[in-house]
Amino acid sequence: MPEGALVGERRITYDARGLAEPSAEIPKISEIDGVKAVFDAKSLSTRQINLELRWLLNEQGIKEVTVENPGSKHSIGVGILTRCKIRFKGSLGYFGCGLIDGPEIQIDGRVGWSACENMMSGVVIVESNAGSLTGAALRGGDIVVKGRVGARTGIDQKGGTIIVMGSAGSMTGFMMQRGRQILCGDVGPGLGDSMYDGTIYVAGQVKSLGIDCVPGEWTDADTELIERKFAIYGLGTPPELQKFVCGKKLYNYDTLEPSERKLVL
Amino acid sequence: MCGIAGLIYRDGAEHDVGLDMTRMLQSMKHRGPDSTGYALYRKPGDDYVMRYKLADANDARDYEFADRLERHRREVEARLVTLGATIEEVDFDTEYAFRVRFSYGGALKDVADFVEDVPDAEVLSLGRALEIVKDLGDAETVSGQYHLEKVKGTHAIGHVRMATESDVDISGAHPYWAYPFSDTAVVHNGQLTNYFMWRRRLERSGHRFQSECDSEIIAVYLAEKMAGGMELEDAMHASLDDLDGVFTYIAVTESALGVAKDEMAAKPLVLYEGDDMVALASEEIAIRAIIDHEIETYDPYEREVLVWKR
Repeated sequence: MPEGALVGERRITYDARGLAEPSAEIPKISEIDGVKAVFDAKSLSTRQINLELRWLLNEQGIKEVTVENPGSKHSIGVGILTRCKIRFKGSLGYFGCGLIDGPEIQIDGRVGWSACENMMSGVVIVESNAGSLTGAALRGGDIVVKGRVGARTGIDQKGGTIIVMGSAGSMTGFMMQRGRQILCGDVGPGLGDSMYDGTIYVAGQVKSLGIDCVPGEWTDADTELIERKFAIYGLGTPPELQKFVCGKKLYNYDTLEPSERKLVL
Repeated sequence: MCGIAGLIYRDGAEHDVGLDMTRMLQSMKHRGPDSTGYALYRKPGDDYVMRYKLADANDARDYEFADRLERHRREVEARLVTLGATIEEVDFDTEYAFRVRFSYGGALKDVADFVEDVPDAEVLSLGRALEIVKDLGDAETVSGQYHLEKVKGTHAIGHVRMATESDVDISGAHPYWAYPFSDTAVVHNGQLTNYFMWRRRLERSGHRFQSECDSEIIAVYLAEKMAGGMELEDAMHASLDDLDGVFTYIAVTESALGVAKDEMAAKPLVLYEGDDMVALASEEIAIRAIIDHEIETYDPYEREVLVWKR
């Protein structure tokens, strides 16, 4: 427990250097049953929650962890680099589940900004809404948000798949380089602005397309992908989707002849 | 970075708004360690309450500091009497910040202008329901200094500041009172890029600025629009096109609380609409500081203006 904090009181303490949460002591409060573990994060700091997770997964051989009362704290579940299952019975704050490689994570609540940023592989399912910058710089794996997301979803995406059952805000897919986004609701202005590559599927209204984002030609591969993803995550029958891709006039000038470069946007 | 928070109780009754807002702001201390500010609203009374300051917490204390403050404080009170006000109560929370409750039947602008003519005086708030308290330090420090844990009210906004565009002082701290409108205040997260253009324009219209902070523009802008007959919500809608930069701000009056987001939705805001209250903050952890169970929240989208009335 952070020094000076009362049980259930959410306080941030600082040491003499002004650093938050200096304690590196692993709480070791989990109830362990075989390869499963449960612990209550209500009175733990972000650092202690992550230390407990890593101790369970890396040192105790645990394969399934349930974290109760994460309390919308920031940077929870980051840097998990092993195949495992984690369930957060509650909401996370900013930067939840960032830099992960392998785990299957379920979040029984909401996530704040920048969830799953730089995720490399694995699955993250969010039962409610997500904030802006969901899946920023995603590299692989699947993110499923059953509610709505904020602005700039999948900014700088480099791979993987983001599925959003609700609406999305502005600049969705900004500077997307690879991967896929499946957006089942309406989307705000600037969809796919400055995208290099990748594919965005939208079921609802698109307020406006961004620079160099153009409608794409539907193929059987798109149908197969959509149906497979919806089946895997039990999302029901896929809606009718429009496909958007990169027009390849903005950033692809390295493949053009010098005279052609003058024609780019 | 800065953090903002707002809270309005739907039943219109008075609650522990000082304590609740302190918990919200303290949980966002990491967003702004420089200063903390509150705009607290109680049920309107017959009297006006003016919060003003005569110095800053970090002003140099010369040999005449205490005498000068005493002299200036007496001058402020004398000027209130000159204008026809009857002073009911004077409180000293610090040696440089004061609270005066008075009865008065004239124009508030006259009070503010006459008081601010006293050297170093700045009126932080003036109204029948509103009290703005802001100072250097985190929420618990400011709350302790000004005894805000005892304050009861119907709604409030708050701000934790990380100074980016101007100095670390009380004048640069939020909330800003929308001088000279009774009971209107603003907190802001972001940076305004057409600040100087709007400042020149508004100064030419006769508005006054107390700081070099870009956020003050929002309060003055809204005051200008409302002086022209606009309702708060309409003025906030107009600001989406007139103000340039990144901003999420909360504006509040004696009976309403509203939020506006810029067209990029560049600054965060999490919103909770419950049966008993509406709470909003830059981070969900601030709302969870007063609601200790899972809640359904969402981020409003770009160019949204939302207003709730008490």
